[in-house]
Amino acid sequence: MDRLPAGAARLPVTGRRVALRRFFRRKSTIAFLMALPLILIIAALVLYPALYAIHLATLNKSMERFVGFGNFEFLFRRETFWMVVKQSVVFAVSAVLFKALIGFCVAHFVHNVPVKGQRKWRGMLLIPWVIPPAMSTLAWLWLFDPSYSAFNWILERIGLAPVSWLGQPNWARFSVILVNVWVGAPFFMIMYLAALKSVPEQLYEAASIDGANWWQKLWYITLPMMRNVIAITVLFSLIVTFANFDIVRILTSGGPVDQTHVFATWAFKVGIEGNDLPLGAAVSLFMFPILAIAAIFILRDITRRGTET
Amino acid sequence: MAAIRASMKADRRRVLVMSYSFLLLFVVFFLTPPVYMLITSLKTNAEISAAAAPWWIAAPTLGNYIELLTSPTYLRFFRNSVLVSVLVVIITMAISIPAAFALSRMKFWGSAMLATGVFLTYLIPETLLFIPLFQIFVLVHEFTGIELINRWYVLVLLYPTLTVPFCTWIMIGYFASIPKELDEAAIMDGAGYLQILAKIFVPVALPGIIAATIFAFTVSWAQFLYPLAFTTSADQLVLPVGIITTLIRGDVYTWAQIMTGALLGAAPPLIIYAFLMDYYIAGLTAGATKG
Amino acid sequence: MARVTLRALVKNFDDTPAVRSIDLDVLDKEFVVLVGPSGCGKTTTLRMIAGLEDISGGEILIDGEVVNDVPPKDRNIAMVFQNYALYPHMTVYENMSFGLRVKKVPKDEIERRVQNAARILDISELLARKPKQLSGGQRQRVAMGRAIVRDPKVFLFDEPLSNLDAKLRVQMRTEIKRVHQKVRTTTVYVTHDQVEAMTLADRVVVMHAGRIEQVGAPNDLYHAPATKFVAGFIGSPGMNFIPCGLEERAGVLNVVLGDGLAFPVPPERANRYRGHAGKPRLLCGLRPEHISGFDPQPVANRHAFEREIDVTEPMGMETLVFFRINGTDLCGRTNPAAGAQPGARLKMLADLNHMHLIDDESGRIL
Repeated sequence: MDRLPAGAARLPVTGRRVALRRFFRRKSTIAFLMALPLILIIAALVLYPALYAIHLATLNKSMERFVGFGNFEFLFRRETFWMVVKQSVVFAVSAVLFKALIGFCVAHFVHNVPVKGQRKWRGMLLIPWVIPPAMSTLAWLWLFDPSYSAFNWILERIGLAPVSWLGQPNWARFSVILVNVWVGAPFFMIMYLAALKSVPEQLYEAASIDGANWWQKLWYITLPMMRNVIAITVLFSLIVTFANFDIVRILTSGGPVDQTHVFATWAFKVGIEGNDLPLGAAVSLFMFPILAIAAIFILRDITRRGTET
Repeated sequence: MAAIRASMKADRRRVLVMSYSFLLLFVVFFLTPPVYMLITSLKTNAEISAAAAPWWIAAPTLGNYIELLTSPTYLRFFRNSVLVSVLVVIITMAISIPAAFALSRMKFWGSAMLATGVFLTYLIPETLLFIPLFQIFVLVHEFTGIELINRWYVLVLLYPTLTVPFCTWIMIGYFASIPKELDEAAIMDGAGYLQILAKIFVPVALPGIIAATIFAFTVSWAQFLYPLAFTTSADQLVLPVGIITTLIRGDVYTWAQIMTGALLGAAPPLIIYAFLMDYYIAGLTAGATKG
Repeated sequence: MARVTLRALVKNFDDTPAVRSIDLDVLDKEFVVLVGPSGCGKTTTLRMIAGLEDISGGEILIDGEVVNDVPPKDRNIAMVFQNYALYPHMTVYENMSFGLRVKKVPKDEIERRVQNAARILDISELLARKPKQLSGGQRQRVAMGRAIVRDPKVFLFDEPLSNLDAKLRVQMRTEIKRVHQKVRTTTVYVTHDQVEAMTLADRVVVMHAGRIEQVGAPNDLYHAPATKFVAGFIGSPGMNFIPCGLEERAGVLNVVLGDGLAFPVPPERANRYRGHAGKPRLLCGLRPEHISGFDPQPVANRHAFEREIDVTEPMGMETLVFFRINGTDLCGRTNPAAGAQPGARLKMLADLNHMHLIDDESGRIL
């Protein structure tokens, strides 16, 4: 049988070319090169534009002069701006709340059903999340149509007055939140279902023997065991919902009379449609503090989880 | 003893009945819009304006489907979407897999920082970036003549910023669950890092790769803001924007076609979902539970 | 020729020393076992030989060449892991041939080597199966096959039998020995199980807290341990350690155990021990097999004594008895016919021919 000659393992001992080759063989170099495209993409297309946004927000409309906080002062004085702030916050908070609640409840129901049937239910219930939001929002737009609303048709049939789903400001806000909840709740359901399944059955059995009812089991076992997943999904969703664009844009374009605008849609209107990029940048920058706070919470949660396990 | 067991059984049945009822309720809630899309797409515009019975189809017709599937504009939208999505998926996986391997297996200076950093980029939403990007593209055009506005390939450049972080995250989760001894056995067998990645990690983590691919495709296909902001002429549009801007002319909404267009636009992700549901779900949950 | 030499080998993890300067010479074709409790540094040493851990100090030589900076794949060694580390998506054949395919060995050569290894390990019918279709013992064989196929200079085993159940472990132990006799490759084997060490090794290296306590053939370690640690580690049930004193009584040197028990030291050793009389912390070491039930046949240096038995463990061919002398728990091995009963007094014999005198302060055997 063959044996390698004793000296075969050694690299030739000559100068700079060898040193270069050795540099490239080193684990940390290879690793860095493998991660480089990722770093480049993020640096060039995420970090740089984000910083550039800050720079942009300090320019005037035609982007020739530096106006410092001028754009921000302008926004602070406009009533629409504060309305957008309020609407964005209310939109994000209430939508996430309902998504989490509905997701949690539906996950429980799916979990209660015998395992064999769960797959079908799961499959059907996830569909709103699979359909591109822009497409499904069109369906909702059609369902809410002022003249042809299929919902109003049902309401009239049972003797109630038709609702101006997108025309009346409060109903418009409700509709926007409803569609966002419709799109997002399945995601929560799937996450919570997975988390529910990971709680050991024995804990519930021990609790039964200890005499706990379903509410106590929920409060003392289920919720604490799912705390991490709940926190992560809620925080993630807050960020994503807060920055939502598609639904509001398609359903109401921010109307009626700017009553459903959120940061993203208003920034689009002001910046691109209104041809004032710096002002648009200023608007979208306001999302940042809230996102940063959420990010800090998430980070804290992740690192805590890392040290716990 | 039997009495307790009987009451437990009655309890169990009550819970089941309640669960099924609520599940049915929610299924109705979740499936009404897509079903309605289907119903509308099978009607003629005339029937719709007659506004007789929105939930029934008096005279079903495939006319809308035929019209859209033979319309060059619509087909162009479809083609653009497919092109963009497929390219983005390829680019995403080409970036994410090696990056995930490097971050999960090979500790190098700043790797922990980078992993968290990748995660954090999710927190800078596209709605913050689209405005500065617009201006950056204008400037690039001024300085180099490369046209970046109103070109579908710009989307191929931009979408990876949305897909790569999460796909990398998913892959890190899957790679981390491969036992380190497998790496060491391969090292002892004489494999280099790229060989370990290609011949061992990729095959073993294949479910994760499929899940990440599905995720990347779905996100690319559904994108609305970036195309809306950066593409304007009809031959450059992708499906979501195309339907909305061309089928809604002024104040006249041709709902039958819009719903047909929307349904066809929702078809690819739905079909993938129907066949690969488990991978789809695995991709979602991997992000949270494995993370 | 495949010698492995460790010279002043040191490994530190950050500031914690794991291996504190060990020297070892493994001869060609030798089967050496590194044995010791968890954390003693044996696995770390093995991994340094493999090249999976960086070396903090000292040298490793394979066949006279320093391999400190040589990557694992160029050291011409093969390793069998504790959890087998088989590639789950490849068949047994592909698992075994992976290393050769990486080195671009020609296909017919691969075929020959794999079939040969499969024959040695008796897994020829399993070549088309995937790891998940195999039992634990079969997987272990495939892992060994993967190593044999590479035809390396040195085999490294990292606790390969720890994941198997007791019966399978005994079977596989014999397998490994049989394979070694056939293939005759230098082997370094790590385990925490001293029975494995004793049965498999040409020489045993007992390690403790990062240092080598003793190196020797199994029998030498058993009969002539150098330190208290080795004496207590080798052999099951472990050696009894009784705090004792050395006194001259009526001109004869006695080992005084307390509770009124004292035995004369065997005359051959009296001179060696006399110098240590009066030392504060002495232990008398006596293996349970050298405390037996009473036998009227007088034998030199075997002395009778009687104690109350606390617990008995009937093992079938012998009965273990547990009793106390001066507060220390002791174990003896008696013939079941001696009729040991818990709570009753039993007459026993202590065979001082096999006693060890230990200085508890230094841990050395005197």
